[in-house]
Amino acid sequence: MKSLVYCQGKEQLEHRGDMNENILQTRQLGKRYGKRWAVKNLNLEVHRGDVFGFLGPNGAGKSTAIRMILSLIQPTTGETELFGYPLKSRRSDALRRVGGIVEKPDFYLYLSAYKNLQVIGALTGGADRKRIMEVLDLVGLTNRATDRVKTYSHGMKQRLGIAQALLSDPELVILDEPTNGLDPQGMKEVRDLIIHLSRDQKKTIILSSHLLNEIELVANRMVIINNGELVVQGEVSKLLDEGEKYVVIKAKPRAKVESVLRQQKKIIGKYTAKGETFDVQMDFSDIPDFNKALVRAGVQVQALIPKRSLEDLFLSMTEHSNEAHT
Amino acid sequence: MIRLVYYELVKIFLKKRTYLGFGIVLVIVPLVEVAMKLEGGRFLTMAMRGLSKDFLFFGNIFNGWFVAHQIMNSLWLHIPLLISFVAGDQLAGEATAGTYRLILIRPVSRTRIFISKYITTLIYTVVFVFFLAVLSIGLALVLLGRGDLIILNRGILLLPESEVAWRFVIAYLLAMFTMMTIASISFFFSSFVENAIGPIVATMGLLIVCTVVTVMPVEMFEIPKKFLFTRYMDMWQKIFLDPIPWNEIKIGMFSMCAWSLAAVLGAWSVFVKKDILS
Repeated sequence: MKSLVYCQGKEQLEHRGDMNENILQTRQLGKRYGKRWAVKNLNLEVHRGDVFGFLGPNGAGKSTAIRMILSLIQPTTGETELFGYPLKSRRSDALRRVGGIVEKPDFYLYLSAYKNLQVIGALTGGADRKRIMEVLDLVGLTNRATDRVKTYSHGMKQRLGIAQALLSDPELVILDEPTNGLDPQGMKEVRDLIIHLSRDQKKTIILSSHLLNEIELVANRMVIINNGELVVQGEVSKLLDEGEKYVVIKAKPRAKVESVLRQQKKIIGKYTAKGETFDVQMDFSDIPDFNKALVRAGVQVQALIPKRSLEDLFLSMTEHSNEAHT
Repeated sequence: MIRLVYYELVKIFLKKRTYLGFGIVLVIVPLVEVAMKLEGGRFLTMAMRGLSKDFLFFGNIFNGWFVAHQIMNSLWLHIPLLISFVAGDQLAGEATAGTYRLILIRPVSRTRIFISKYITTLIYTVVFVFFLAVLSIGLALVLLGRGDLIILNRGILLLPESEVAWRFVIAYLLAMFTMMTIASISFFFSSFVENAIGPIVATMGLLIVCTVVTVMPVEMFEIPKKFLFTRYMDMWQKIFLDPIPWNEIKIGMFSMCAWSLAAVLGAWSVFVKKDILS
């Protein structure tokens, strides 16, 4: 993939998504298969400029929701509005400014990447050679443009999937698990690309991923769904503040560390220990004092790592949701 | 729409599967015609054994037209299979490949995509039958020369050479029409499933069942067989009768149209509402 160097993308994106213009809105969106609701009463709001994380465990209904938003599936209840156009009655207008990739990237394997993009471009009014080469360049596939897609690796297909999503230069890009099957380098490149699309090309992005850290790194707003229902929706930073904060401490000897932990009950909450690694619940502002106490007690401190992740929020939210569901 | 049809044609004609039918025809037709050339008029002599006592034949009656007519007669059970290879793959193939997810999220209505695919299917059918016509007639005339056409069908009919060419043209046009009905039926089955084998099997199954009902002299089938397309599948043969029964041909064409229309409308109603889960 084209080498894209973006410094600390998340910070660069913080200003985005504050325009409050809803370009995607779902109201009571639901899909039922037999007696089972795959998605139920889903109310999403995506603002212009958002990098919108779409989180949920496997089978939560993320892909079903995305398929409904992209008109691949007809909802049982509710409606979707894109750019102010109701999807049901103004489908073409609603989808005109949307590009997407849904689940795994499948193409006409017997055609080249270039031909595939030509075929797809024909459905959006035609894509000229310049535009096709631009998007192929963006995902680093220019030199394989004329090779048949069946000779591509999974990662290359994934990148071609992103290229086809961008072909019509859409304002809203929906990426369903775009890093699936990619190696760490490939994942980073996709992440950089998302940041580039949002920051430099001012695109709004919906990113579905099971990799929570990825959402944490690039998204400014997000939703968590579980069992087909919305669990929480909001700004990532605010949701993170609500999440549990803890510090990972690597120190020895263990006995002395535990002694300090017992002494510092005022500033620490629960903790767990595994060998010489401790997960300690505490406010980040107390880290310096706690460190001093450890050093004074003769503890060799190797690392103090503040942790505040979506994973905790995600797990606690989905656990609550599961309890409520059962 | 022209652009959509163009790229559907690109998809269809860059696929190896599309050439399977052409390849089979390209093997069978020359094989049969060369064999007939080598065997000489033995086939014709055998067929006319009973008539040779009463008639004297002069000139080249075992000629290219005769062989082309025989091939046309014998291939019509296999051609629907070859047509359904491609027609049955048109919608189901997209589901199998997962490419519905690429094309149905675009700001083009499903109806337009459906129409472009159907037009492409019909174009393929026309091209395929045209190829068969050109190959079988052209090669037969090159190998066996020209002459009057002798038709052996519950009797003997000799059509002067001046009338043969235009009758072949109309016969092949009717054959195209018939095959378009087969393609439409295959297209219909293709809208339901996510595997192209299903539509092929279903089309051939329907063809066999309808043919059996059509040819069986059973009283209870008399009414239903009037509505079966298989009753009119041989309407192109009637072009080689004298006089040509145009009324029967018109009824046959009407029946084929009705079947095609029903199949296409059925496929359309399934396609536009279909949930894409593949």
